[in-house]
Amino acid sequence: MDYFLSEEQQMIVDIARQITNEKIIPQRAELDEKEEYATEILNDIAQADLFGLYIPEEYGGFGGSCFEIVLALEQFGRGCVAIATSFAASALGAYPILVSGSEDMKKKYMPDVAIGKKRAAFALTEANAGSDASGIQTTAVLDGDEWVLNGTKQWITNAGEAQLYSVVAITDRSKGARGASMFVVEDTDPGFFCGPKEKKMGIRASATCELIFKDCRIPKDRLIGREGLGFIIVMKTLDLSRPGIAILGVGLGQAALDEAVVYAKQRVQFGKPIIAFQAIQHMLADMAIEVEASRALVYAAAKHIAAHPKDMSKASSMCKVFATDMAMKVTTNAVQVLGGYGYMREYPVEKMMRDAKILQIYEGTNQIQRNVVGQELNKEYT
Amino acid sequence: MKIIVCIKQVPDAKDVRLDPKTNTMAREGVAAIMNPFDRHALEEGVRLKEQYGGSVTVVSMGPPQAEAVLREAVACGADEAVLVSDRAFAGADTWATTYTLGKAIEKNGSFDLIICGKQAIDGDTAQVGPGLAKRLHIPFVSYVKKITGLANGILSLHRLMDDGYDEVEMPLPGLLTVVKEINVPRVPSLKGKMKAKSLSIKTMNAEDIGADAECIGLPGSTTQVVKVFSPVFKGERAMLQGTVDEQVEQLVNKLEPYL
Repeated sequence: MDYFLSEEQQMIVDIARQITNEKIIPQRAELDEKEEYATEILNDIAQADLFGLYIPEEYGGFGGSCFEIVLALEQFGRGCVAIATSFAASALGAYPILVSGSEDMKKKYMPDVAIGKKRAAFALTEANAGSDASGIQTTAVLDGDEWVLNGTKQWITNAGEAQLYSVVAITDRSKGARGASMFVVEDTDPGFFCGPKEKKMGIRASATCELIFKDCRIPKDRLIGREGLGFIIVMKTLDLSRPGIAILGVGLGQAALDEAVVYAKQRVQFGKPIIAFQAIQHMLADMAIEVEASRALVYAAAKHIAAHPKDMSKASSMCKVFATDMAMKVTTNAVQVLGGYGYMREYPVEKMMRDAKILQIYEGTNQIQRNVVGQELNKEYT
Repeated sequence: MKIIVCIKQVPDAKDVRLDPKTNTMAREGVAAIMNPFDRHALEEGVRLKEQYGGSVTVVSMGPPQAEAVLREAVACGADEAVLVSDRAFAGADTWATTYTLGKAIEKNGSFDLIICGKQAIDGDTAQVGPGLAKRLHIPFVSYVKKITGLANGILSLHRLMDDGYDEVEMPLPGLLTVVKEINVPRVPSLKGKMKAKSLSIKTMNAEDIGADAECIGLPGSTTQVVKVFSPVFKGERAMLQGTVDEQVEQLVNKLEPYL
């Protein structure tokens, strides 16, 4: 379907498609197998100017919105969700600075992020703080002109590969949710350590590790926004970033559909290509319908959010749930269409099915997203 | 360093078909792309510019639609683009092509280095790069797979050979043709694409380059394409039966008439 993109938006799609076809798809199986971070491909993406899509022009970016990054992520997601996640996580790490950072902070960090010279990461999750962010144990205490951070973050995407980390820490436990603040930590800061790489089911070419803060001292001006704004910045950041996860579901679903249709046309059983059987045709038709419906919803949500309305959360959560649940279903059905071959690592759909699962979990589980939608409905109908 | 990269628009080899009746190439619906070896030439030019400073000018001889590959080259890092185009250039073989390109490059101003792909995937002659160097009276090295250094106006190169590589030095100005092993071409950048969209492409016709009408196009060509055809495979297959000795005897009998 034609979504009537502008000429510049079409350029973004064309470039991202070319990177996906020429660089990502030929290497994804090997990177997944070796659990290797795709540094070279991310450098290619940087050279193509795509790291700065959502960053304003005054900080060296393209000056686009979350819709432009969604267009690029759709292509990368079609190629490899792990590599797309590494790219998206940099935006997730940079959004807090863009959303609430001081002018000086934006000027200091954004130009390097925009050209992909520095990658960012977002550090919220801890062992006891997943869906319930109030369980955060990491603390930050002001000591003279420095904040001193202590604690451990868990499952941080781009850990060890990023140079900038947006970190949530408790600055005043007595204030509850208003006692959390957000800081920029650089990889070279004293007392900052990265743990070993986690072994994951899918998105194995992405880096996921613990971050350890052991009397980690950072200058006072690394506080993002004001003290106590931590959770508000997190919520605003996630509202902006969730369409990016949703669109990974669309790209991934499209890739699985493409593989399934190509296979169904060439696989002959009972003397006919299996696409001639209604059982297969209906599966493929449902997959195509759901992929397109998800794409339409994510595009619409991203455009809505790009206009910075007050009610971002519902649109953001709705598209995340819909498109990522779709991706799980469509990739599972793609494996089914390919049958035994689909289950083999020789074919790409088994990786797609493994990769799909994380989309329902990270950046807020789909259960939490439904809570958000439900709470917004409750507010709207009063 | 002023670098010129010669590029050609060719039909995408993946789609090429010959019409079996007319023996001409079926161009309809066939995508036109930048000759793949020229993508490597362009990438090497852009890398040299990034390392040593200067500029990259891409030059293409072809019909007006060849502008597309020039814009693509600018999107990938070239600074300027020149289209050498005139109906009178049509039908040029490599002899007339090198004359035409040579004239255009001379008219376009000074340069330090010309880089070409080793050959185009349509004509497959591999003659235009070396021929152009001869026209311009400059040295050339073909099949370059690595540039190892530049000092005192001399380029150090590795030239790909069947059994390894030669280490060669070439003084500038000079010309290289490159093989695909030399680099991995980049994809266009967003800023490059925007620049390419608005860039005005310099066009040079036969008069602009001061060409002698006898030396260009079909009249200037010393070779002519007489016939193009798809080879027909006429091989016959026969299974020989019997003991090994019997089969050998049958085989010898079959081969004997041809000896």
